[in-house]
Amino acid sequence: MSFVSSVKEPRYDALGVYAVLYLAFVYIPVMFLPLFSFNDSIFIAFPLQGFTLEWYKQMANSDGLLDALYNSIKLGCVVAVLATILGTFAAKAVTRYKMPGRGPVITFIMLPLVIPGIIMGIALLVIANMSGVGLSLFTIGLGHLMVSTPFAMLVMVSRLEGFDKNLEEASKDLGDSPWSTFRRVTFPLALPGIIASLLLTFTISFDEFILAFFLAGNEATLPVYIWGQMRFPTKLPTVLALGACILMVSFVVVTFAEWYRRRGVQLKTNSGV
Amino acid sequence: MTDRVAPAADVIAHIPRGPIARFRRALMRSEALSGYTMLSPTLLLLILVMALPIVLLVMFSFWTQNYQDIDKTFTLANHLKFFERSAYPYLLGKSVLISSTVTLLTVLLAYPMAYFIAFRVTKHKLIWLILITVPFWTSYLLRVFAWKIILGYNGVINSGLIELGLIVEPLAFLLYNPFAVVLTLAHAWAAFAILPIYVSLEKIDRSLLEAATDLGDGRIKRFIRITLPLSMPGLIAACMLVFIPTVGDYVTPNLVGGTSGVMIGNVIQSLFGRGSNMPFGAALSIITMITITVMICLFLWGTRSFRRRVA
Repeated sequence: MSFVSSVKEPRYDALGVYAVLYLAFVYIPVMFLPLFSFNDSIFIAFPLQGFTLEWYKQMANSDGLLDALYNSIKLGCVVAVLATILGTFAAKAVTRYKMPGRGPVITFIMLPLVIPGIIMGIALLVIANMSGVGLSLFTIGLGHLMVSTPFAMLVMVSRLEGFDKNLEEASKDLGDSPWSTFRRVTFPLALPGIIASLLLTFTISFDEFILAFFLAGNEATLPVYIWGQMRFPTKLPTVLALGACILMVSFVVVTFAEWYRRRGVQLKTNSGV
Repeated sequence: MTDRVAPAADVIAHIPRGPIARFRRALMRSEALSGYTMLSPTLLLLILVMALPIVLLVMFSFWTQNYQDIDKTFTLANHLKFFERSAYPYLLGKSVLISSTVTLLTVLLAYPMAYFIAFRVTKHKLIWLILITVPFWTSYLLRVFAWKIILGYNGVINSGLIELGLIVEPLAFLLYNPFAVVLTLAHAWAAFAILPIYVSLEKIDRSLLEAATDLGDGRIKRFIRITLPLSMPGLIAACMLVFIPTVGDYVTPNLVGGTSGVMIGNVIQSLFGRGSNMPFGAALSIITMITITVMICLFLWGTRSFRRRVA
């Protein structure tokens, strides 16, 4: 896309400075969590008192925390797999088939993105109480599945729109059944999207707090556990250590997912496949 | 489409019959049917886990809490209670005001950033995009918590300023007020505003900008006449993505708001907690949702008439 343009945009100016400042605004506040998690003091304040791993040790020795961690990982994995399956099929349906009512259906599926979390939380709490299902990881899982599926679908739609529909048509014309077309053509081409969707929906479930807060019975997820610990000032350094770990994992997982997904899209535009 | 070769008689003889086989063939023939079959698990999930609970929540708001039990006789008492005590409308109004401020601030701060990535960044666009997207996916609770330790009485800013010798006593006005809520929310929702604006800016046909320049428009005139109107869909989406969830937020006001920063979400949450009056909580949340919907409709109507006037 290199053409001589009459539109001259300076490369470095006030806007570039602003962009760097903006990134600092986004990232620096969060960086205080890992910074103070290594600080050898019960108080989260300057001056720093010296390096310690004490809070990480306390974190690793807390049973409640390890249970919550296990719950969150279990939940995240199940939600990621189910949301990605649902999202993939839904994305395939809306990108590949001409359907009446396609617009309203997409709007309906995207609704969880705009309904305030607290409303969904109490609505699910009410229905769980009234139907006698009771609160457990299962109810949190249903809530997380509902909020993750639209994201999975968005990721998959952008991936499926990225490659040529004719490849699937060709497979069909050559006599493959829909299932075999899916397995041999659609799936391999959609794989980067699927992996990105798995990682991103896992992170959504892993970090989600509001629904989990209302729907947690006796089994807490990690964010719910953290919320409980925040009330105790003496527990705060341990919360910082845990928060630093969670941020670290989320950053790595999401960065990889985004890099993998967007790189895939870029390859597509370059090579035409 | 290529000509289909007429199937030979022996092939026709082997086409399976019976209702299941016929359904499968109809499925493969009709695009709409196969589309909806693939959508059905998702739609079923959303009907059961999203639509049904909300319908039930609306019904619930017409019932009464009787200690542990729920009295299911129809009543408007919960909704009327909202208007009887001025504290509730005031709190909802305050929540809307805080959210509107947050939305305005977030979008204004995000626009130049999105513009920068869309128009200035040429080489490492992927890195910039990832840098801006990653916070979008990471723990909301922790991002809010970070501000609590930053703004706290003995927190990062106060202890840092004391350490530098700039102040003697900690500044008490940093935490536990509406300002802290606005700042924290604007930070926590930053990425949600950048992405839609970036997408709409990226979609703008660059030749339109060239045409404007060739016809003698300066940078500012070009921005107002071309870039801004064409990025309106992204701006509108960004406003909605930030405004809707923040009105009902209770995490941020709970952690950094204090008594003066209380929002409607805190009341709703407490009504579902220990001192429970769930039907009244349901009524409050329904009223909140209706208010949000009305605000969004007014906003969309306003931006539409604005765009029509510009066009």
